[in-house]
Amino acid sequence: MKLKELTTRKERLTSGHRLCAGCGAGTVVRQILMGTDKPVVVGCSTGCLEVSTTIYPSTAWNTPYIHTAFENVAATISGVEAAYQSLKRQGKLDKEIKFVAFGGDGGTYDIGFQSLSGAMERGHDMVYVCYDNEAYMNTGIQRSSSTPRGAWTTTSAVGKAEPGKKQNRKNLTACIAAHDIPYVAQASPSSWKDLLKKSKKAFDLKGAAFLNVIAPCPRGWRHASDATLEMARLAVETCFWPLYEVEDGEWKLTYKPREKKPLAEWLKLQGRFKHLFKPENEHIVKELQEKVDRDWGKLLKLCGEG
Amino acid sequence: MKDWRADKLLPGGIIPKGGTAREYKTGGWRSSTPKWDEEKCKQCLICWISCPEGAVLVKDGKVRGIDMDYCKGCGICAKECPFNVIEMAEG
Repeated sequence: MKLKELTTRKERLTSGHRLCAGCGAGTVVRQILMGTDKPVVVGCSTGCLEVSTTIYPSTAWNTPYIHTAFENVAATISGVEAAYQSLKRQGKLDKEIKFVAFGGDGGTYDIGFQSLSGAMERGHDMVYVCYDNEAYMNTGIQRSSSTPRGAWTTTSAVGKAEPGKKQNRKNLTACIAAHDIPYVAQASPSSWKDLLKKSKKAFDLKGAAFLNVIAPCPRGWRHASDATLEMARLAVETCFWPLYEVEDGEWKLTYKPREKKPLAEWLKLQGRFKHLFKPENEHIVKELQEKVDRDWGKLLKLCGEG
Repeated sequence: MKDWRADKLLPGGIIPKGGTAREYKTGGWRSSTPKWDEEKCKQCLICWISCPEGAVLVKDGKVRGIDMDYCKGCGICAKECPFNVIEMAEG
């Protein structure tokens, strides 16, 4: 895929949406939707993306779009896909249409987890994309099960009693891979070529596909609005957010950093981790690094590189 | 409620056409503005693929400018440009 060729396609997410300046989700959605030239039906679970792209009566979607509740975008899109298959069987429709559900980490890791699990297991011909900004950003930065340990949020306070979030984040990509569906991948908008390849694969194949895409949030991560893709890139380079895919049960690394950067390089650029660099919290940085090393080692083994 | 019929209700929350957000100009949010140097631009299109707004104007495969009606001034294009041909200016 060449960028020049992609520019000839109609933008499916138009300008004029109200995502914050520098929001990672805007770039993620634009890139994901370039993965297919077929008509696409989009659903969005409650979250930043949903509220800021569909402020009634305006919509930033140049596609058919369904606004759902927090917990059920996977169920909604799987229902639409089932209706489409039925119409096809009845000979009432012969157009090839793709179906995609977008959810943030709140709507995917937490609230929409069961509907996602169900849709994946039933094997609908759909793509589920989680734009993961690691907290409930839309409602004002509350911790989710994707928030990394040690991060400040408004519900994982930083002070004498607490050093930010106490728990490790959930490895959702691995959870969905455990569903044994045709395709699961982790991607980053800083590696657009890799992301587009994965999106194209997910749209082209028959059956359920899941993409987990890191989407840095300047407001919640407390970084400058121009540093969004830099934050995504560093998450990849430190192996906090490895780029890999699981195709029919085969784990494959799609990018291996030449030199694994220390996690602290990524942490120290974000205000949400500022307190970790105080002497009393230094052990957390060390433990976070150990966790990344351990997870990376496990992933290398799964991918046959260990 | 005797006369209540579901099919007589107005359809709720339907927007009959797509992309109507374009009528809302987000350029007013901007507090810094990208200045793009056409002469030095190598046309790699990295700014276009990186922009969260879709505000980089491309025609015939080439960058033609930045749409100030929608650019929110986040500065991602300037930061990501591998040839430093975009600079952020105040205002």
